[in-house]
Amino acid sequence: MRDGLFTMATDGSARLLGGWCGTCGERHFPSTASCPYCSAEDVTEAPLSPTGTLWSWTAVTAPPPGYGGEVPFGFGVVELPERIRVITRITEADPARLRRGQVMRLEIVPLHRGEDDRPVVTYAFGPDER
Amino acid sequence: MSAADVEIAGVGIHPFGRFDAKSVTEMGVAAVRASMAEAGVGRGGFQAAFCGTAYGGVAAGHKVLDALGMTGMPIFDVEAGCASGAAALILAADAIRAGQHDTALVYGIEKMPRGIIRSSFFEPWREEAGLAATPAYFALRAQRLMHESGVTLDHLAQVVVKNRRHGVENPAAMFRRAVSAEEVLASRVVCEPLRLWMLCSPNEGAAAVVLRRSAGRSGRPVKVVAAVLRSHLPGNVLSEATPMSGRVDDSIPPPTTLAARAAYETAGLGPSDLDVVECQDTDAARELLSYEELGLCPRGDAGKTVEDGATEMDGRLPVNPSGGLLSKGEPLGASALGQVVELTLQLRGDAGPRQVQGARTGLAHTVGRGANASVVLLNR
Repeated sequence: MRDGLFTMATDGSARLLGGWCGTCGERHFPSTASCPYCSAEDVTEAPLSPTGTLWSWTAVTAPPPGYGGEVPFGFGVVELPERIRVITRITEADPARLRRGQVMRLEIVPLHRGEDDRPVVTYAFGPDER
Repeated sequence: MSAADVEIAGVGIHPFGRFDAKSVTEMGVAAVRASMAEAGVGRGGFQAAFCGTAYGGVAAGHKVLDALGMTGMPIFDVEAGCASGAAALILAADAIRAGQHDTALVYGIEKMPRGIIRSSFFEPWREEAGLAATPAYFALRAQRLMHESGVTLDHLAQVVVKNRRHGVENPAAMFRRAVSAEEVLASRVVCEPLRLWMLCSPNEGAAAVVLRRSAGRSGRPVKVVAAVLRSHLPGNVLSEATPMSGRVDDSIPPPTTLAARAAYETAGLGPSDLDVVECQDTDAARELLSYEELGLCPRGDAGKTVEDGATEMDGRLPVNPSGGLLSKGEPLGASALGQVVELTLQLRGDAGPRQVQGARTGLAHTVGRGANASVVLLNR
């Protein structure tokens, strides 16, 4: 899909890769060369917390343009402890089963099969079962 | 010179809808011709032209004036998402106000692809991952409005019922049948809580406005008293800018609020001075959000405002007497100028069966991807 969005440790645990600005201290995702808040260039790539809380959500029922996976799928915004809100897929596609403030955990999930039939994966947040 | 020095000399519109047999250029020509005829300005009467379009392609505005043999003057092609037509008008009004031109032609043209809007704004990986679903962003905003402002599913349906009822009387609208709340709620769920009929249809159409420096003519012409564009501030994850992340901070003013504040200040007017409003209703929740962001009601009162009938034709402040985008559909580059055409008719008293009685001051508002928000204030 795109390199640099997330990392996976050998134990399978995943982290999103955010950007941390050394000038203004703000975090952003994905990490970019210039800080999207203050334009500074001293951005360091830093992993973000794997858990957060659900802030808004819906389900996409028709495939949007350029999309290679299946529908319906969950979609929403998760708030992370670094005080940022991240747009993300949600593993639960039934909005009625989700609630505001619910604890969510990052997962790496299959998206579709690529041109060479290799699985393409993406990040998503799902209800934290731990 | 004051902002009151720019006036609308004529308007024209090609209906919004689906016209498979017509090119976008032909629709633009129809709207431009109509506006020129109304203004009484001939083909040599303009010093500049400004064309709004998002999907028209390279030099789309030039093609319209090529067809009319009206090239030679500067032609500016302007893309600003849903605010494209307004951005074109703002440039034209500023140029006239600055003394650069006496008369300018402003037009918006569009022939949208069918289906969910595809935009080069989104990177390919974001599309591939399903993170470029436009209605889903509308739905996330709708959910927040329901949490924060007490807006209910019934309120969302009422917005559609109101605008579709208004649209019955608008010959330029795509949908001209009134619908019931039950029908709206029974339409297919696209992205919870949004049903199909709560979303506007991307479509085709054109609109044109002839602007000129006011010469103190009699007959009280419609004047452009403010025309403002603002972009978003960084940090708001659900603004029309749709970044991948934002800050946990709900105090960041959205672009609509920034544009409205600047427009009210320029014109020396406030929301209580308005008689009629045409606002962005790409989805039913967006209209309610616009009430709050434009200051038409206090924060948290949007649902109650539509429930009380305040924004109906006979209410305190009629909103979208044209039927809004929910009735007209949205041809991106033309939609903002379609609003200006409607308000011009309303302020002149020429809106026929959808006339807001005694309307003297109107506000047109758009907000679109980028994000850009426009607010245009007209009075007579």
